[in-house]
Amino acid sequence: MRAIEFRDVSFSYGEEGEAEPQIGGFRLNHLNFAVEEGEFVAVLGHNGSGKSTLARLSNRLLEADSGEIEVFGTLLTKKTVYEIRKQIGIVFQNPDNQTVASIVEDDVAFGAENIGLPREEIGERIAFALKAVGMEAYRNATISRLSGGQKQRIAIAGVLALKPRIMILDESTAMLDPRGRREIIDVVERLNREEKITVILITHFMEEALRADRAIVMNRGEIVMQDTPAGIFARHEELLTYNLTLPRIGMIVKGLNAGGIPVSDTLDIEKLAGEIAECVS
Amino acid sequence: MKDVAFGQYYPADSFVHRLDPRLKLLFLIAFITAIFLADNFYGLAACALVLFAVILASRVPFGKVLRAVRGILFLVIFTAVIQVLFNHGDEVYWGGPAVYWEWKIFAVTQEGIVLAIFLVLRLALLVMCSSMLTYTTTPVALTDGIESLLTPLKWLHIPVHVLALVMNMALSLIPVLTGETERIMNAQKARGADFETGSIFHRIKAIVPILIPLLVSSIDRAEELGNAMDSRCYRGDIKRTKYKKLRFGWRDLIGFLLGAALVTGVVLLRVYPVGFLGSFL
Repeated sequence: MRAIEFRDVSFSYGEEGEAEPQIGGFRLNHLNFAVEEGEFVAVLGHNGSGKSTLARLSNRLLEADSGEIEVFGTLLTKKTVYEIRKQIGIVFQNPDNQTVASIVEDDVAFGAENIGLPREEIGERIAFALKAVGMEAYRNATISRLSGGQKQRIAIAGVLALKPRIMILDESTAMLDPRGRREIIDVVERLNREEKITVILITHFMEEALRADRAIVMNRGEIVMQDTPAGIFARHEELLTYNLTLPRIGMIVKGLNAGGIPVSDTLDIEKLAGEIAECVS
Repeated sequence: MKDVAFGQYYPADSFVHRLDPRLKLLFLIAFITAIFLADNFYGLAACALVLFAVILASRVPFGKVLRAVRGILFLVIFTAVIQVLFNHGDEVYWGGPAVYWEWKIFAVTQEGIVLAIFLVLRLALLVMCSSMLTYTTTPVALTDGIESLLTPLKWLHIPVHVLALVMNMALSLIPVLTGETERIMNAQKARGADFETGSIFHRIKAIVPILIPLLVSSIDRAEELGNAMDSRCYRGDIKRTKYKKLRFGWRDLIGFLLGAALVTGVVLLRVYPVGFLGSFL
């Protein structure tokens, strides 16, 4: 089943009717794409490529100028927006800007309270959500004392308490240290695998896209590449024109090849390690 | 900056922590009333005794409660100094002259010293009991309590729910904004800004480059927070449920009786003064 589909969606910031966006203005041009249920899709793009706008359009935080967005067969309109917001959970960039309460369980409860669930069920959902992000021991902790990665996991739990079928991470790892980033990606991958939640991971860290089923590259408000991560990273010259680089492993392969050490163009660390070991011996 | 005691919850599982927040709020009001009604040391001693019992029962370390007083240390010292220097009373409480030293409008008298001690104790008790409320009550419980106590205002179409939520969020943002202020100050210091020396006028002017970035970032923050709340299906109190329901239990009854006894006791002490210090006000 289609989880979410954008059909010919256009959107622009700034003055209406302008041919070219002004400085600070911005435009999405006739976007078409779909994500299947259970898929893990990475959306890559440089600053200002429109990838965050994508997330905000999907649950009507921003309203598209034209085109249609469908979520699990329901057209996104003013009337269906609250139903659709239950299905799509969005985790934003800054964990500090997503918490509404100071204590973990109060914050996780917020969404579940908003949709009017009975008390007992909210309690169960908090337990489920905290377990899913591995923070069940922190149920009564003060959020401001947690690390960035932990705070962001609480933000994910807050979204999970609504039991969404799609989860969009809008640069949710951008403000974290490498360890925090790994924590988040591990959690997200597990949610995708075990809870069958459709994941759209918006990021500019190429490493994170490696684990996705499919990657979409955006540039200046348009989708310019769509392929498996391996397929995308095989076209590094093209990526460079969109101001994107290779993940570290891709750089290493490229460097080795340039230095006259023949290794295959792989994104698999184990495989690369094996090949390097062979060369050395 | 790090010693902002207000709004900092001290997690523990104690009798006081489990009291109904509404009761704690009313108790605090009663306690403050008692402190102001007490016009002799016996009244204050009664208040101090009750406060001490509450602190013991709450398992909040005594040092932490004292630290709350440090926040208003300047005010305490200022009050004491003014009292000691300007009180011309001729009450005699112990052997020796009523007036120790006098020069123009200044004087050091027995009454001044006693009154200074009295006022310092009163201020300290006020701050300590207020901080006990925030140490033992999560901000959510506190705002729930306020919302519940202000329910009558709903009949006047005052949006009590929104007010409570705003308060709650303000409390949870205190540590975030404190951290942000520190970051901005450090950034300005790194570029040679000086907040510590110079005339008062100079120092006030030095605050402007802190306030402006703080304001700008707070506005950005508010927008993201709004987006995050919308995404988690927030729509005011339409169909909203509460995870934590307030319940008045046996503990609360004990607390209520204790509070009532305290106020009655202090009033009695005021009406029927006892002992040699009873009449100094």
